Amino acid sequence: MKEVVILSGKGGTGKTSLVGSFAALAQSKVLADCDVDAADLHLLLNPSLKEDHEFWSGQIAVIDEEKCNECSLCQDVCRFGAIHEFQVESVSCEGCGFCYQVCPAEAISMREQLSGNWFISDTRYGPLVHARLGIAQENSGKLVALVRQKARQIAEKQGLDYIIIDGPPGIGCPVISSLTGASLALLVTEPTLSGMHDLVRVLDVCRYFGIPASVCINKYDLNDDNAREIESYCLNQEVKVVSKIPFDNIFTEALMQGQPVVEYSQSEVTNEIKSLWQFISHALEEERR
Amino acid sequence: MIIAIASGKGGTGKTLVATSLALALKDRDKIQLVDCDVEEPNAHIFMKPVITRSEAVSIPVPRITEDKCTYCGKCAEVCIYNAIAVIEKNVLIFPKLCHGCGACSYLCPEKAIKEEERIIGIVETGYSDGIAFAQGKLAVGEPMAPPIIRKVKSLMNNNGTVIIDVSPGTTCPVVESVKGSSFCLLVTEPTPFGLNDLALAVETVRKLNIPCGVVLNRAGADDSLIAEYCRQEKVPVLLTIPLDIEIARLYSKGITLVNGMPQWRESFTRLFDQIEEIASERSRDIER
Repeated sequence: MKEVVILSGKGGTGKTSLVGSFAALAQSKVLADCDVDAADLHLLLNPSLKEDHEFWSGQIAVIDEEKCNECSLCQDVCRFGAIHEFQVESVSCEGCGFCYQVCPAEAISMREQLSGNWFISDTRYGPLVHARLGIAQENSGKLVALVRQKARQIAEKQGLDYIIIDGPPGIGCPVISSLTGASLALLVTEPTLSGMHDLVRVLDVCRYFGIPASVCINKYDLNDDNAREIESYCLNQEVKVVSKIPFDNIFTEALMQGQPVVEYSQSEVTNEIKSLWQFISHALEEERR
Repeated sequence: MIIAIASGKGGTGKTLVATSLALALKDRDKIQLVDCDVEEPNAHIFMKPVITRSEAVSIPVPRITEDKCTYCGKCAEVCIYNAIAVIEKNVLIFPKLCHGCGACSYLCPEKAIKEEERIIGIVETGYSDGIAFAQGKLAVGEPMAPPIIRKVKSLMNNNGTVIIDVSPGTTCPVVESVKGSSFCLLVTEPTPFGLNDLALAVETVRKLNIPCGVVLNRAGADDSLIAEYCRQEKVPVLLTIPLDIEIARLYSKGITLVNGMPQWRESFTRLFDQIEEIASERSRDIER
C-alpha cells in the first residue's frame, strides 16, 4: 500500500480540489483529510458518517482555589505565561505539568482535554478518514498521525492499494506529521511570488525528510513568466513539474455544486487532472515494485 | 491598536489585505506590519523591507551532565512530551519533541541537567516605505511555530497601529498570533470551503473574546453563502473585493493592491475607520 500526500506550503492553491478529483479517478484507495485545522474535503465527497470518535489528547493545568495558598511558584516557573492571578489561561497552557510538579500545596491537577473528533465515512469514491480538531486546540500533529494510522488500517483490512492524503498548508507540525513516511509528495503551487516562495520551503521540508516530490503548477497562465521560473527552478533542483493546469473558473463552479471538477465538466482542466493522476498512480506503482 | 488578519482557509487574501491596509494608513498613523505566518511568511515579498536586525529564536533543551546523573529517571517521568528517555545507564534526548518547559532541569534531584539553546528559526525587523516591519521564520524541518510567534510579537510597537498577518487554520499558531489583538479581520471567499473555514475562524476569535469582521475577497456571481452566514451570526462584512484577474495578476507579481490600483486606497482607510469604531465600542462595553 502506497501513500501520496498533497501539499503546497501556501494555502489556497488547489490541494483539496485536486484531491477531490483524484478521489473520483483513482481505484482502490482510502482518502485521508489531514488538514485537521480546517478540513474541507468532505464538502466535495458528500460522505455518510460511519464512525465518530473522540480525540483526547494533551492536558491543561487546573488550580484548586481552596487548596491554593497563593505562593506564586507556579507563575514563576511557567515559561508559557499561562498563569496569572492564580488562574490558568487555558489557551496559553501547553500542558507541560511543571506547575503541577512543583506546587507545594498540591493545589494543581492536570486535566485531559477533549481536543477534537475523528471520523470514518463512506463516500461513493471509497472510505474517507477525516477529523476536526477542536477550536483553539493543540496537538494537530498527533491527530494527523491518528488519521493516517486509521487510513492505513482500513487499506490493509480491505486490501486497498493507495492512500490519498489531503495535507495542510504550511511547513510545521501537522505538515511534518502528514508527510513523514509517505511514498510521494505532490506539491501544488501557483505562479505567484508567494506561491513560489512557499514551494521552495515545502520542497526543502520534503528533502529534509527524504520524501520524493513532484510539482503541479495550478493556474499556470495567470503569470507565464513566473510559471517558467518555477519550471527552471524545478529543473535545477531535479524535481519534475508533472502538470500545468490553466486558470479556469470551472474549479469554483464545481465547488459551488459540491462536485469534483473531473465529474462536473469535460474540459482542458479535466484532461490535465486525469493525466496528472495517471502520473501519480504510475509513480506509486513503481514504488510498489 | 492591534489588528490581526486571519482566515481559517489558506489563500483567501490575508497578505493582500494586511499589506494594503498598512500602506493605506501610513500617512495617518505610526504603522507596523508584523508577519506571524512564520511557516510561510509572505508579506516581505510585497513590502520588500530593509532588514536592520535579525535574531535567532531558540528554545532551551536539556543537556545531561553525565558525571552527576544517577539515571534515576525523574526527568523522563516529568517530561510530558516524551522528549527524554532513561534506559539503563543511558539518557536519550529528543530535542524536537522538547517544548522547553524547563521541568526536567528544575526537578532533577542531582542538578545534573543544564539547558542549552536550540535554534528553531529567526525573527527579523526593519522598515519599508515608512512602515515598521517584523517577521518570523520557522526553520525547515522544525515543527513548533508558537515560540517564534511569541518572539515576533515581543517586537511589536506599543503605540500606533500594529497589523498582524496570521497563518491559515484555527489552532495553536493562529491563537498565539491573534491573542491580545483589539480586532480580528477574517478574509474569506464565497465558496463552500471559504464558508466552512470562516465559521471555524469566527468560533476561534469568539473564544478569544475579540471582535471581528469579514473581508469578502473574490466576490462575484453568488455571494449569498457568506452574506447569509454573516447576517445570521451578526458578523459585519466590512469590505468586498471582486474576483478580478487584474488583481490576481498584480498579486502574482508581488505588487500590493493599493500600489497597483491606487483607487483602492480609500476603501482601506474606510475599512480602518470601521474597525476603529467597532473596537472602541467594544472597549467602552468592557469598561461598563
